[in-house]
Amino acid sequence: MSSSAHTAVHHVHRDDYGSRMGMWLFLFTELILFGGLFIVYAVYRFVHQQEFHLAAQELNTVVGLLNTVILLTSSMTAAMAVTAIQKGNVRFAKGLLWVTVLFAGAFMLNKYFEWSAKIHHGIYPGSPDLLAKPEGEILYFGLYYVMTGLHALHVIIGVVFFLFILRQIGQGKVTPTSYVRLENSALYWHLVDLIWIFLFPLFYLIH
Amino acid sequence: MSEQTHEHGHVVPYGKYVFIWLALIAFTGITVTAAGIGLGNWTIVLALAIASAKSWFVLNYFMHLRYEDAVFKTFIAVAFITFAIFITFTFWDYSFTR
Repeated sequence: MSSSAHTAVHHVHRDDYGSRMGMWLFLFTELILFGGLFIVYAVYRFVHQQEFHLAAQELNTVVGLLNTVILLTSSMTAAMAVTAIQKGNVRFAKGLLWVTVLFAGAFMLNKYFEWSAKIHHGIYPGSPDLLAKPEGEILYFGLYYVMTGLHALHVIIGVVFFLFILRQIGQGKVTPTSYVRLENSALYWHLVDLIWIFLFPLFYLIH
Repeated sequence: MSEQTHEHGHVVPYGKYVFIWLALIAFTGITVTAAGIGLGNWTIVLALAIASAKSWFVLNYFMHLRYEDAVFKTFIAVAFITFAIFITFTFWDYSFTR
């Protein structure tokens, strides 16, 4: 009833509520995707407790902590971008999205150095050094590469979403009255943050 | 009224996000400190409890879940219950068949 007063583009068929609902349904498939991996992790850790502890010593907690702070902060800037566009402050929304993309880049740069160091030390899937280790450590590093790798892939996809939204803001397709795509991209980004919230303690903080 | 919230959503002030961010950073600090103390088997319990608390803040505020309809909350309850069933049965299996 009151929607006609708010929606200038009322003749355009659109359903923001349905769009968000669709995004949430998609996020649940992501939850089950990562959830399956977390269950595999839980079982192997349960079976190989000592070896998981030993293998985790090899990870750099400082790098993990830094990436945690980076992702939490980028989640905040993504959420703020939605507020900015709701308030009609398009320039600020764009700025916040660029900051979010920069944080994502910093996260990937850290990941690059982290993985490079591991690979340099001969720890990568199927490497002779790794295969010489006990079974539990092989499983730990296998899961480490698969889970943080799949997560990093999501970071890259998130960046692509944000760059697409920035372009659409420029084209006037995402506006203060029609911003559900920005909302959905932010939702995706928060999911990436959520998964990291669990990956960080489970891989970096086993002592 | 409900039409209005559907079309325009809830505008969360910037300050609230900063507050949530501070809480998330504080929780991160607690997890790292707790892991350093060495609480044995309680380390993982505490780590998961803190991660869950952080998720609650992200879901409710960053992801606006608390401003959404009951339908969204039902969805997420179903998703988490499904996941909880997976976990429970997996460990049930491991505890009694090995």
